[in-house]
Amino acid sequence: MKDKGKIIVGLVIFVVVLTFPFWYNHGVATQAPEPELTKKAKKADKCVEETAYMRKEHMQILDKWRDTVVRDGKRMYVNANGKEYMASLSNTCIDCHSNKEEFCDKCHDYASVEPYCWDCHTYPEEKE
Amino acid sequence: MDDTRRSFLKFAGISALGLGSVSTLASLMPGSATASDESSAPHYKETKKALTAKRWGMVIDTRKLTPRLCEKMIEACHKAHNVPDHDNERHTVKWIWTDEFEHIFPMKQNEYLAERLKGLPIVSLCNQCNNPPCVQACPTKATFQREDGIVMMDFHRCIGCRFCMAACPYGSRSFNFRDPRPAIEEENDDFPTRMRGVVEKCNFCAERLAEGKMPACVEVSEGALVFGDLEDPNSEIRKVLRENYVIQRKQNLGTNPSVYYII
Amino acid sequence: MLERAFKGSKGYWVWLVALLAVIGVGFGFYLRQLTFGLGITGMSRDVSWGFYIAQFTFLVGVAASAVMLVIPYYLHDYKKFGRITVLGEFLAVASVIMCLLFIIVDLGQPMRLFNVLIHPTPNSMLFWDMIVLNGYLFLNILIGWNVLEAEKNSVPPPQWVKPLIYISIPWAISIHTVTAFLYCGLPGRGFWLTAILAPRFLASAFAAGPAFLILLAFIVRRFARYDAGRDQIQTMAKIVTYGAIANVFFFLCEVFVALYSQIPGHTAHLQYLFFGLHGHGVLVPWMWTSIFLMLAAIILLVIPSARRNEAVLGVACVAIFVGIWIDKGLGMISGGFIPNPLHHVKEYVPTIPEIAITVAVYAAGFLILTILYKVVVGVKQEVGE
Repeated sequence: MKDKGKIIVGLVIFVVVLTFPFWYNHGVATQAPEPELTKKAKKADKCVEETAYMRKEHMQILDKWRDTVVRDGKRMYVNANGKEYMASLSNTCIDCHSNKEEFCDKCHDYASVEPYCWDCHTYPEEKE
Repeated sequence: MDDTRRSFLKFAGISALGLGSVSTLASLMPGSATASDESSAPHYKETKKALTAKRWGMVIDTRKLTPRLCEKMIEACHKAHNVPDHDNERHTVKWIWTDEFEHIFPMKQNEYLAERLKGLPIVSLCNQCNNPPCVQACPTKATFQREDGIVMMDFHRCIGCRFCMAACPYGSRSFNFRDPRPAIEEENDDFPTRMRGVVEKCNFCAERLAEGKMPACVEVSEGALVFGDLEDPNSEIRKVLRENYVIQRKQNLGTNPSVYYII
Repeated sequence: MLERAFKGSKGYWVWLVALLAVIGVGFGFYLRQLTFGLGITGMSRDVSWGFYIAQFTFLVGVAASAVMLVIPYYLHDYKKFGRITVLGEFLAVASVIMCLLFIIVDLGQPMRLFNVLIHPTPNSMLFWDMIVLNGYLFLNILIGWNVLEAEKNSVPPPQWVKPLIYISIPWAISIHTVTAFLYCGLPGRGFWLTAILAPRFLASAFAAGPAFLILLAFIVRRFARYDAGRDQIQTMAKIVTYGAIANVFFFLCEVFVALYSQIPGHTAHLQYLFFGLHGHGVLVPWMWTSIFLMLAAIILLVIPSARRNEAVLGVACVAIFVGIWIDKGLGMISGGFIPNPLHHVKEYVPTIPEIAITVAVYAAGFLILTILYKVVVGVKQEVGE
């Protein structure tokens, strides 16, 4: 074990690097942000599906929407109550949730999830 | 959510194919989807106004083409689809453009070309081939053929390998060599832009057909472009095809374009 | 065994650091390509594949050529190749890794790479290319490593390696065949639309690959003091000779068909490459250099006394390697795109960032090759071959 010293130093460096995100962010952790609703969204009360479902599964539904619209050419979404919506991010979603920064970005930044929706699709701030 | 349940059932069904009876297996599932259940479950459908066809096609009447008219069609299309206008020629993106007869029909040139055709701009766009080599080449099904014959791009899925561009015998495809947004003069909010690294091309205005509108170029063509269902014997396009001799581009390659030309 | 790669002379480490530096520079340019897009290359709407895909094509050939050592050794029981077969297999490993890297740097959206697996599409040749290339990489790592380990322990290689070796033979042919199928099945590209493209690819591979291996043998002898053996090198030289002649023959068949039939879609590309078209001809001097190098090398190689002289052989191998690199790495891909389907001539010249990224991929390949060869030579010297 003539390399004992080197091994220990190596291990220490490894552990420090591994735990870096924990101690670097120690004490600065913030509360998970709440998405803010616009007046229009509040008035509508319910999104295309139940709020709890939307919170958890909005990415799945968006994924399904985009595949069905682009690949199957079916652009109308009919929810469980028979209500019809245009399956469109830029037109349907953003029509109510026109506050992308408070509604989308806040949580996405917090969760460090960066979807590339907006590389192609437009949102209101950009329109002006 | 029913979506996941249905996709699970689909998966179970596929797995059960080997076992024989899909329905037996499905009926064993708690709360399995029956016909009445389906109707109340969330689902997707086409828009009411949508124009539909068995196979969309186009006839281009070159006798009616003028430089000004072509210009108008290009502008209508490129505005509707947020087609960028890059300074660098290498980065060019185009969905519809014009070229001379000898380039649009390289196999049909001769020394004694009709006076009328010399220098005449002829519009060129994706031929929406019935047997598309680009669809065959794509490794991710990002480019695919719809039931109605339209050869579509799924920009979400394209990995940018550009195999389709090598496969296309008409040079109808463009690649986003850079972010297109800064090169779009006026963004049309009704249609997405693209991002760098994906291929794009004419989509026969699938998004407009869904809204009950004719393709953008057809709308401004003053009758030079006829658009319709090739498989409907009573359609206007079939009438035009009955009454005129038409040619397709590079017919000998077997791609069977859905775009026809009256010379 | 890998520990042998961590002990080396100063020259060895300097070489590795130099390679890493080259990789670093190229990586910097690649980051730029990622953020800006492939617009930093010389590719265009008309020439939509360029330097990257051309290098990929060339290197698939180098990878496939390992089979030229495997066949004599395992099928014809040519024992002498036992000294170098692993060198061939590890050259294949490094080459296939370079091929995969070239595909990745050529993608517009590399982060979506796995779409090829998520949405498998058997009608796309690229799907099959992915399968055969990864399979071949896997086979060669397994075979090379196990055979070498057995040699180190002075025992015969494990039984299960034998079937893999036999599988690797048709598999090697398949990688270059499928690569040719990428191009020769496209309806509108007259230059590639020829049934002889796959055989031609294989012939040029069996010339360029072993030629490179001979040069590597000289380098290993000089720097690592491991002699591949005179007989072995001479046998490889004969393989190179046959490969080079077959390659030129296939090329001439191609030229005959195009020029005698005079079908414009087929002649135009050759005309562009060798004489220029509509006043454009950046590749003309290159293509003639390629022809000259290949013919000169063949003359040197068919004369037995010249071939036996290792200095002459070295020159011939460099000529073959460079000649075929020009043919496949420069002319083959852009030649197929020029003129474009609408018969316009839009030329292609790689840009500096594109070349830097290309060189970096080669450096990465050489890094892997150096490390693998270090291990091989270490083992071989240990068992006293």
